Amino acid sequence: MSDIALNPPRKPFAARYPAMLVFIGILALFTLVVSVLAEGFGIGVISTSFVKTLGKTLCLCMVALAMDLVWGYCGILSLGHMAFFGIGGYAIGMWLMYARTEIIVTSSLANAPLPPTPAEISDGIASQIFGVVGASEFPPIWAFAHSFPLQLAAVVLVPGLLALVFGWLAFRSRVTGVYLSILTQAMTLALALFLFQNDSGLRGNNGLSGLQNLPGLDHIPQSTISIVFFWASALALGLAFIICSWVISGKFGSVIRAIRDDEARVRFLGYSVEAYKLFIFTFTAIIAAIAGALYYPQAGIINPAEIAPIASIYLAVWVAIGGRGKLYGAVIGAAFVSLLSTWFTGGQAPDINLGLFTIQWVDWWTILLGISFVAVTIFAPRGIGGLFDLISERRSPNRHGAALGPDAGALREQEADQ
Amino acid sequence: MSTLLEVSGVSVSFDGFKAINNLAFKIGPAEMRAVIGPNGAGKTTFMDIITGKTKPDEGRVLWGEKSVSLLSMNESRIAQAGVGRKFQRPTVFEDQTVAENLMLALKNDRSPFAVLGFRPKQHDCDKVAEIAEQIGLLTQLERKSGELSHGQKQWLEIGMLLSQDPKLLLVDEPAAGMSPAEREHTTELLVEAAKTRAVVVVEHDMEFVRRLNCRVTVLHEGSVLAEGSLDHVTSDERVIEVYLGR
Repeated sequence: MSDIALNPPRKPFAARYPAMLVFIGILALFTLVVSVLAEGFGIGVISTSFVKTLGKTLCLCMVALAMDLVWGYCGILSLGHMAFFGIGGYAIGMWLMYARTEIIVTSSLANAPLPPTPAEISDGIASQIFGVVGASEFPPIWAFAHSFPLQLAAVVLVPGLLALVFGWLAFRSRVTGVYLSILTQAMTLALALFLFQNDSGLRGNNGLSGLQNLPGLDHIPQSTISIVFFWASALALGLAFIICSWVISGKFGSVIRAIRDDEARVRFLGYSVEAYKLFIFTFTAIIAAIAGALYYPQAGIINPAEIAPIASIYLAVWVAIGGRGKLYGAVIGAAFVSLLSTWFTGGQAPDINLGLFTIQWVDWWTILLGISFVAVTIFAPRGIGGLFDLISERRSPNRHGAALGPDAGALREQEADQ
Repeated sequence: MSTLLEVSGVSVSFDGFKAINNLAFKIGPAEMRAVIGPNGAGKTTFMDIITGKTKPDEGRVLWGEKSVSLLSMNESRIAQAGVGRKFQRPTVFEDQTVAENLMLALKNDRSPFAVLGFRPKQHDCDKVAEIAEQIGLLTQLERKSGELSHGQKQWLEIGMLLSQDPKLLLVDEPAAGMSPAEREHTTELLVEAAKTRAVVVVEHDMEFVRRLNCRVTVLHEGSVLAEGSLDHVTSDERVIEVYLGR
């Protein structure tokens, strides 16, 4: 008789999910190794720019985690989560740009014969920031840009609210499947097109730049800043992994997986499917936004192209290749594919000369990625994460319900118990 | 006798085709009822209307002692009010274990935040074990429900209905595809359930209906053709004409 299900789980949460402990262990080890090898902290084998690449990759892993929760677990193929990632980046970028420009303007006006008025400083900052789009006044959207806490709140609140309103409208009308994907894609396209305009108030296609220079910290070298951001990204990814594991571990996870598999049936069980979807959609949008807020100071620049629909499609590809429905699968997929992509598109991959034609990986990488995506979808739907299943199943195959002996008519488990 | 569910004057049409036509139906709080009828008689649409999947064009669906209308509620609210439904094709969550399926259906607060913090208590586990025992799946609790046989899935779904603890069970063809022994067990489960709650069984199989030994409602072209004991309705001239075809 099975005792496991008959008693409430007594072990602490972490002990019941060994995958989570393993993941946190590997992440900690990775962070330690990179720190020791990094230029800004350790012996300097890893260059500052590569530390930044690794830090950015951790942020991408975090947004992949969000995508896996919303798609792999809840079955909502959102093609708009990179929009939330981008909004998070813009929100933090506005403060970074404002605060740094403020320091520059104040110091340049300090030599003037008369002390500058606040209006003069504000005008100076505005013309510095908006000169490129031919404006010299602050648009209303920058009202809180002077305040770090407020912009930090905006990182969470703006994408959260957008996801809440969008999700409420979409889920309430019971838009599902491919139609929902199209709708989310339309949302991110509309947002990108809006931001491309010069009068959007966010510097049009120039985007926000110089984000790697933290205001007031000019004396600290980039090598140190890069490793601190790397630590912050690792910490955020670790926390996000723990929270996501907790969300999917209990009955909530059971409900959202049930929604993924048969939405109508869940409704007849008395669960408000819309409320659950809205919760997951908003929650993952916030995770994506936090990841974005950590990503862009490392990237240094954000522009509307980052929000374009293709970014969200890449996100879905990472998760599919890594393995949907497994948190670590999403992380592996994002890390593997985005690092590989950096390698191929960075011009480091050797060209292949076929005589008549040379394969230049900068151009051909997307084709390779597309082919691998199709191949994974058809031949290995469980993705890279599925390899771990193969290993664990080989070690302890589940023979419950099988005959106990080799002969036909051997006693079955059920009969033996009686 | 008090009434649990009262359907009156309900009509619904799909693209001009009247699937349900001025239907009236009543059931008490602890009663078994079999609904029979030829294909296209509106049996499934009838269940769709009660569970909120389909909104009728006209008519009333009143529920419980306070006679609240079910028509203004959505599917999940109706289910929370105490209507459980079993589909014709067994629909269990195949990717989850038998225990998870039962725990999912177990009567508890269903709002997202309550579920997020939910951890099963001893009495929840006892209830799951008790129901698993009833449906003969106690030894299968840890198995993925997708691995179960067809009959076991049907039972699991009945078990999920029971753990929902509804006041009214709507059961669509519970015995389809079952062996005689499995049918026997299913009959027992339903008869047992009907002692404390209302059970409506839609069934084609006359032999199965006879074993349920309950009042029978015959549907034809979306309205009630006859109602009474099985012997009564099978001797009705019109029933013989449209349904039994003999």
